[in-house]
Amino acid sequence: MEPNGHDEASRILHELQSLKATKSDIDRRISALESQLRHLNLQNGTVPNPITAAHHDLTPEMIHRYSRHLLLPSFGVKAQSNLINSSILVVGAGGLGSPALLYLAACGAGRLGIVDHDVVELNNMHRQVIHTEVFIGQPKVKSAATTCRSINSSVQIVEHHEALRTSNALEIFNQYDVIVDATDNAPSRYMISDCCVLLGKPLVSGAALGLEGQLTVYNYNGGPCYRCLFPTPPPTAACQRCADSGVLGVVPGIIGCLQALEAIKIASAVGEPLSGRMLLFDALAARIRIVKIRGRSPQCEACGENATFTQQQFREFDYEKFTQSPLTPSPLKLELLQSDSRISSKEYHDRVANGEAHVLVDVRPAHHFKIVSLPKSLNIPLPSLEARLPEISSALKEEEERNGSSSAKLYVICRRGNDSQRAVQNLHKLGFTSARDIVGGLESWAHDVDSNFPTY
Amino acid sequence: MQLTLEFGGGLELLCDSVKVHNVKVDMPKGAEKLIMKDLLGWVRTNLIKERPEMFMKGDTVRPGVLVLVNDCDWELSGQLDTTLEEKDVVVFISTLHGG
Repeated sequence: MEPNGHDEASRILHELQSLKATKSDIDRRISALESQLRHLNLQNGTVPNPITAAHHDLTPEMIHRYSRHLLLPSFGVKAQSNLINSSILVVGAGGLGSPALLYLAACGAGRLGIVDHDVVELNNMHRQVIHTEVFIGQPKVKSAATTCRSINSSVQIVEHHEALRTSNALEIFNQYDVIVDATDNAPSRYMISDCCVLLGKPLVSGAALGLEGQLTVYNYNGGPCYRCLFPTPPPTAACQRCADSGVLGVVPGIIGCLQALEAIKIASAVGEPLSGRMLLFDALAARIRIVKIRGRSPQCEACGENATFTQQQFREFDYEKFTQSPLTPSPLKLELLQSDSRISSKEYHDRVANGEAHVLVDVRPAHHFKIVSLPKSLNIPLPSLEARLPEISSALKEEEERNGSSSAKLYVICRRGNDSQRAVQNLHKLGFTSARDIVGGLESWAHDVDSNFPTY
Repeated sequence: MQLTLEFGGGLELLCDSVKVHNVKVDMPKGAEKLIMKDLLGWVRTNLIKERPEMFMKGDTVRPGVLVLVNDCDWELSGQLDTTLEEKDVVVFISTLHGG
């Protein structure tokens, strides 16, 4: 392309971008004003048509918007009115919260609260379908609220842009009728359940990981709470995260939709909520199993007959200590090795550039290695390290011969720099005393050495 | 006794990533019935290939594992004392926290 053509294209792109930004800003203002007007009209009673003698408070626009709900004999005007007069809180605007919020906004819940402290990232987009690319780097609450408002400007959307803590949970939950747990960690799940028990709120709880999902309703109509089922927290090793184990995007999508359904049923008082039962979803086998679970436990520390758990105790309860895991899961950062057994990714880069004789062992699982790896690295997943020591020895020998040097160095890398330290500890014990790990793993390589190196 | 055992929520990783196991379990010598306590021991010996502590703690399942006998929480049927019958389906499922 000629230089002029290139300039012209970038000018057009730039103008397009700025017009789109203006357009979305105007759209937002229009929908906010429309919503404001509707609320004013409702308050002044100007909207209900005086010539219709309806036995409900649905406006003509509501009748039109929710007509397909109203046409359902088992839902109808009564349930829709209940829904419009209800308030629902969704904790977490991620993989579960995204689809749940889309449907809860669309269905006409009167007030819809969103709690989240996180920002939208590119690696959220495959499952957190409420967010759009323009919101990358911005708060999820803001992004989700914008989408909800653009779907249904008659719903009051409340943004709680903060992490849920024992210090704010009671106050936030108090403002809603139904709570939806769309979080991603064990301490939050215990905290949310306990808070619901203290305030007598029904809790729609969903979870998804990998290719499986689970769903149930807690603390509903005398049914069990989370602690009735799980009085003792699981070991931390059993608490896998989507960021480590992966998740097929549509799986939390399905569970999140089912959470919206259960919340709608409770808020509108129709049907049989999934209380005392649990839905187990296996995406690979294409199987949904609904099982009967125990009822409320008389011995439960939160909701049992002799439970003495108070709001004050809740405020002081340390859920992170109780579950041995953090409320806002961030990648683990181990410090197992002395600094002389570690080098930075930059230093490793310099050594490679200087032609240092070395072998780089990558201890990530094989399916991680297939995503991306450093040139000439040798993939020996951590669990098989001990059995594959001869491969390391022969690689070192080969490198020494190739390089004409007397001792080739041994470096170990992984994704974030934890497993590499475990590997080096093992290697030291097994006789490879000079093995060193690369601090921060491939993520630090991408951050400090090669910004084009993919991260996942 | 012919039983179907299923593992889910990540527990299948402890048994070579196989979720469904159709197995034949003998009654303990001298016993007239097979109970869940016997079955847990059998599973630990015959099916669990790694990290048994991720399946059991003491003589029962570890915290965070739900046990379902014929789609029903074993808390409702007597937990470790639940008597098993021919062709029963027993599911071991680890609770998920992700989202």
